Amino acid sequence: MYKGWEGFNYGKWNDRVDVRDFIQRNYTEYTGDESFLAPATEATLKLWKMVMELSKKEAQAGGVLDMDTKIVSTITSHGPGYLDRELETIVGFQTDKPFKRSLQPYGGIRVAEQACEAYGYKVDDEVDEIFTKYRKTHNQGVFDVYTPEMRAARKSGIITGLPDAYGRGRIIGDYRRVALYGIDYLIEDKKQQLGTSLERMTGDNIRLREELSEQIKALNSLKELGKIYGYDISQPARTAKEAIQWLYFGYLAAIKEQNGAAMSLGRTSTFIDIYIERDIKKGILNEIQAQELIDHFIMKLRLVKFARTPEYNQLFSGDPTWVTESIGGMGCNGYSLVTRTSFRYLHTLTNLGTAPEPNLTVLWSPRLPEAFKRYCAKMSILTSSIQYENDEIMRTDHGDDYAIACCVSSMRVGKEMQFFGARANLAKCLLYAINGGIDEKSKVQVGPKFRPVESEYLDFDDVKSKFEDMMEWLAKLYVNTLNIIHYMHDKYAYEAVQMALHDREVKRFFATGIAGLSVVADSLSAIKYAKVKTVRDEDGIVYDYQIEGDFPKYGNNDDRVDKLAVDLVESFMSKIRKHHVYRHSIPTMSILTITSNVVYGKKTGNTPDGRRYGEPFAPGANPMHRRDTHGALASLTSVSKLPFRDAQDGISNTFSIVPGALGKDNQVFAGDLDLDRLLEEAEFETKE
Amino acid sequence: MHGYIHSIETFGTVDGPGVRYVVFFQGCPLRCKYCHNPDTWQTGIGEEVSVDEILDDYENYKPYLHGGGITCTGGEPLLQIDFIKELFTEAKKRGIHTCVDTSGATFSPDNPEILQKFDRLIEVTDLFLLDIKHIDSSQHLWLTGQGNEHILAFAGYLDKNNKDMWIRHVVIPKITYDDKLLYELGYFLGGLKNIRALDILAYHTMGKVKYENLHLKYPLEEIPPLDLEQAKHAKKIVFDGLKARLLHDKKRDLTKQNILKS
Repeated sequence: MYKGWEGFNYGKWNDRVDVRDFIQRNYTEYTGDESFLAPATEATLKLWKMVMELSKKEAQAGGVLDMDTKIVSTITSHGPGYLDRELETIVGFQTDKPFKRSLQPYGGIRVAEQACEAYGYKVDDEVDEIFTKYRKTHNQGVFDVYTPEMRAARKSGIITGLPDAYGRGRIIGDYRRVALYGIDYLIEDKKQQLGTSLERMTGDNIRLREELSEQIKALNSLKELGKIYGYDISQPARTAKEAIQWLYFGYLAAIKEQNGAAMSLGRTSTFIDIYIERDIKKGILNEIQAQELIDHFIMKLRLVKFARTPEYNQLFSGDPTWVTESIGGMGCNGYSLVTRTSFRYLHTLTNLGTAPEPNLTVLWSPRLPEAFKRYCAKMSILTSSIQYENDEIMRTDHGDDYAIACCVSSMRVGKEMQFFGARANLAKCLLYAINGGIDEKSKVQVGPKFRPVESEYLDFDDVKSKFEDMMEWLAKLYVNTLNIIHYMHDKYAYEAVQMALHDREVKRFFATGIAGLSVVADSLSAIKYAKVKTVRDEDGIVYDYQIEGDFPKYGNNDDRVDKLAVDLVESFMSKIRKHHVYRHSIPTMSILTITSNVVYGKKTGNTPDGRRYGEPFAPGANPMHRRDTHGALASLTSVSKLPFRDAQDGISNTFSIVPGALGKDNQVFAGDLDLDRLLEEAEFETKE
Repeated sequence: MHGYIHSIETFGTVDGPGVRYVVFFQGCPLRCKYCHNPDTWQTGIGEEVSVDEILDDYENYKPYLHGGGITCTGGEPLLQIDFIKELFTEAKKRGIHTCVDTSGATFSPDNPEILQKFDRLIEVTDLFLLDIKHIDSSQHLWLTGQGNEHILAFAGYLDKNNKDMWIRHVVIPKITYDDKLLYELGYFLGGLKNIRALDILAYHTMGKVKYENLHLKYPLEEIPPLDLEQAKHAKKIVFDGLKARLLHDKKRDLTKQNILKS
């Protein structure tokens, strides 16, 4: 037995890789409050001050402080980097110094070069030559295969945000395995998987065997990465500090290998808690030290940086890394997975101040311990930095050891992954249906040349049937485009270390997405319940709409229109399901454009709901701005009607509210008046 | 029977305890100069709804309304007292906490027919939010178009019938932001035994835009909003008056008892 396993309850996890079993047998649920938490140490404050100074310099330098233009990032490409070696308890940066962005050309050399050029850097000529002449990239692979139709759809924005020039991300390696088993065990496990894989050399099996070999190589590199920082991570971690460090090395290897659209961490707090508890019991760690370890770990996660182009930042409204960490949730046995370290993670928002990353996500259930719920609410009020997701709905599909990738994509850690597929713009698809496949902005025939709407006023049945046909075309084109992308991503930009931290048999989700849900629902409602007159240009193309009368709007819990939204989700998903998807994956759909809704709006002309050209779509599944008139619950109820079974990759609703609308301010409101006590007070005051 | 409503707010957090389903009734007899809902003044218009329609809609949101209930506000909901009585009777059957937010302006202590209606209303109402606009009747007349006699009488009536009430008072710079008036208000409130909360509402100007939309002149154009520090001060003064009354009444009761004893 390994030294790192001493003091733990044994079980299935000792005989095979099974992190969930380890957690269930060893974690200690915590139902108390936050009073045990410790403040930041002096070292933490010093380090954070250095970070803040570097951040300031970075902002002054125009958003990027330093970029690597010569060394192609791999797991072992760079020597060690530190903020302050003496003070950091958890170490490791993507390059040889903090705030220096790495060069990652496997997704596409052109994009990597553009990212550099945008900030005044130039990629080394030799690297450019290698990746244009000798080493094909993912982006090149995709464009070699794209059909003219796919290129046109991509250009017009009816399919948009596709990961064909950047890393798809959305894969969560089970980084906990590094800490629990050590690299040697994991390599042996992978060797055994390779040795027992099928020998009939079909395309699938050849690919699998090649990938397993890549994974073993990546694990060896990961071990090497530990050595670069002076650690031997071949064996299981023996202390909490080692456990966090081992786990972080796993994650660091992933972000050195991939510049993915979302590089999420998983569900680590309760896992780490087991190590902290063991150390505290042994008397080798106290609360202050435990919090320091967590603070330093989270600090590292806040410093994850990628080289990205301004267009990318525009699409995602900033430079998000989506280092999502899932906290809490309920276990299948009815006990919550809340531990003291769940509190410690959230407490970093106090010790280090608020930050958007890592994206601390609470898996919410009404059955979570009361004190934890109160603490979450308190921290949300203080920091506005916590994301909440519905554990009740996801646990039924994914059990109690899933995590969120990016903002809403749920997957069992180490057992499920997804092929991220951006989204199809259904509002634009509706306009194509009206104009017979002609793009309303460019006037180019992008979609199939179907019969356009010919009447002056839009007829619901006519538009609906044309829209169904156009969605049929779009779904097929969209799925086929994604098939190409993921084939090429696997081939030219394979996530070896992340997949090394997965089982061999991985369930893959083929994640499609839609944008413009509320625009389409309201448009169809306007056509059905009001009168919508078309306005045509000199070529007879409809470019505007005049609405006569009122119509029910999505977001008011009105079934007449909410049903249209529900139908839309069901209809498009069923069309997606008709098509062959890459690698035996399972098609899913999301309704979650949290930030890109602005860009989609810019690409979409006037719509029959009265939305003007350029006006942003509502984010995700939100009702359109200012169209909900019955308050928050009516709006939320409309959204909650959307069927999760047809949008299993997640439905997001962005909800903003001014604090005053959440209740009374106790400074001016006196509730629970107790007249007897007031009288006592008055008597006391008069005595004085 | 039907009610005429202005709108529904499904997520009310400031009109009674918990998260509440708030019904805004159409029509109001007062014309408060600071009113932030002038669109609810006019009677004879609004959306026609039945008791069942409202309560069935309420059921949609039940999981969220834990600890809350239904609040009728407006406008002046008690202009439609018969409908509200019916609504609340049905609501109580369904176990829903009921609350009315009223100015008390329709109360009339000398009219037996009206009194009877109120007697029936309070049987099915768990909580009254009573808005006292001004403690001085002549200024109340200037501010709202009516004197405050009926309103203060209504407070006494609720108190006599042991109905829980929250008192609300909008504090407006230059009008009700005045230590003497606030103290007086507190002194009056100290005489009521069933006050459960005191809600000092700082005057704000967010209603202005509605006047513009209705092409009405905003009457308090010159008055700035009340800031938090002023609101906190106002709350303190009201409490001073309230406590003074409590002390006074206790002394009076003791004296009474002593007289009775001797």
